[in-house]
Amino acid sequence: MLTRSKVIVLKILIHAGALIPLLNLYTLAFADELGADPVEAVIHFTGIGALNLLLLSLTVTPLAKLTKQGYLLQTRRVIGLYAFTYALFHLINFLAFEVQFDMGLFISEVIQRPYITVGMVAFLLLIALAVTSINKIKRQMGKSWQHLHNFSYLIVLLVTVHFYWSVKSELTTPLFYFFMVIVLLLFRYKKLKALILSTLK
Amino acid sequence: MLIKIPNKSHLNDSDVTQESVYQERRSLLKQLGFLGAGALISSALANKAKAGFFSDDDVSFKTQALEYQTDTLNQALIKTPEQKIISHNNFYEFGAKKDQPAALSQGFQVKPWQLTISGACDNPMTLDYDDLTKLFPLEERIYRLRCVEAWSMVIPWIGFPLASLLKRVMPNSKANYVAFETLHDPEQMPGQANSRLGGGIQYPYVEGLRIDEAMNPLTLMSVGLYGKTLPPQNGAPIRLVVPWKYGFKSIKSIVSIKLLEQQPPTTWNKLAPNEYGFYANVNPKHDHPRWSQASERRITSGGLFSRNRIETLPFNGYGEQVADLYKGMNLSRHY
Repeated sequence: MLTRSKVIVLKILIHAGALIPLLNLYTLAFADELGADPVEAVIHFTGIGALNLLLLSLTVTPLAKLTKQGYLLQTRRVIGLYAFTYALFHLINFLAFEVQFDMGLFISEVIQRPYITVGMVAFLLLIALAVTSINKIKRQMGKSWQHLHNFSYLIVLLVTVHFYWSVKSELTTPLFYFFMVIVLLLFRYKKLKALILSTLK
Repeated sequence: MLIKIPNKSHLNDSDVTQESVYQERRSLLKQLGFLGAGALISSALANKAKAGFFSDDDVSFKTQALEYQTDTLNQALIKTPEQKIISHNNFYEFGAKKDQPAALSQGFQVKPWQLTISGACDNPMTLDYDDLTKLFPLEERIYRLRCVEAWSMVIPWIGFPLASLLKRVMPNSKANYVAFETLHDPEQMPGQANSRLGGGIQYPYVEGLRIDEAMNPLTLMSVGLYGKTLPPQNGAPIRLVVPWKYGFKSIKSIVSIKLLEQQPPTTWNKLAPNEYGFYANVNPKHDHPRWSQASERRITSGGLFSRNRIETLPFNGYGEQVADLYKGMNLSRHY
């Protein structure tokens, strides 16, 4: 198969894999067929979905290098944008269905609850990455684009902390996510070391 | 000639969706959910979806109708639908996710059952399965249930006051506290066998009350809900219901009640003492360290758009009956 067609097929799969579950989720939730508490269900589904997509987006580069399939890199942006989309729905779910537009409660929860604060910081950074993924802006930014997008490593860490901190007692799943994040970051060992050193200077 | 003009709202047999078609549609929807989740979500969530998917094939636990006196005082409360009460449970012995208890508990054996009441009392006793529903007259109690996670339900319990049971065992002067214990049976309770499934809490689950709290007329030993015996996910065959405290105090599937001189350890308090106290009275002014307790989402019917956030009331609205128990106590310190 031509590389071009491979990319197209992959992108179709990514669109379908991200959009169909989301459509299915809200169809069931609005019909009250998503268990007894659809609010909790949509919050958890979009939250863990965003984290999974972030991890997937960080898997692309090492995978492309290991398998020498450079065309895989062309899927990074769309996966990253779906991670942002899921995070956006996660936040909207919390605002619209959990606190139900009680803005006072929303603001105090974001400020007072460390795990929500951390999640919010990660989301604000994600907005910056999503906006600057537009080609025109990317070109204008030159080298600083890469600097900004290095924040994806920090974002995935913050999101995992947010998850770990939000659970009541079952820590195995969040710890497993920490493990996956560490493995993905180890592939960038040299880059991260240089980044940290240059920040400390 | 008689010409019958059918009313527009009149439905013919042909308008009725056949049950098989309806069921097929439902299973298709479920499959969609399963595939979608499987493709995207971690194995844990996929397992959950799978459990939900296959649970239709399981033989569900059989409950029996009970005879009881109706609660005439609280009929005005809007009850949470039965289907939601029996499918949304925190019962980590059968899995820490809300739909796991209903999916993983249907083979639970409640017969035979032994509930031992012992400790600082003159007449210790052991109740078997039949005693639970026959020893005391049963009554309906429609109570609000406030979970520490800031959601709530309204549940028509069937049961008898704990005070009736305690009076029968005749507590002595050393009985200051009452300790409760859930069945420990890892073969039947998968969450006790696997700490990941069981949410990493210590088993057996233990809870406790001060003797005056236990003797309060609101404190109920429940054997049923919505007119029938309890399904396993709600704590069959017998559980505690303390409506002015967060739900985790209302321990399920009880095998032991002990009268004690000293305050007993309680499961969630052992796990995170800064988050869960011994008293755990519903208190909108004392936040959980990680979320606000000032309001709650009342689960009734309706999907995502139901406007169900309401103010949380001190003692879950039962202050008139129980506030006296805590006179002079600092409730921010004794949370």
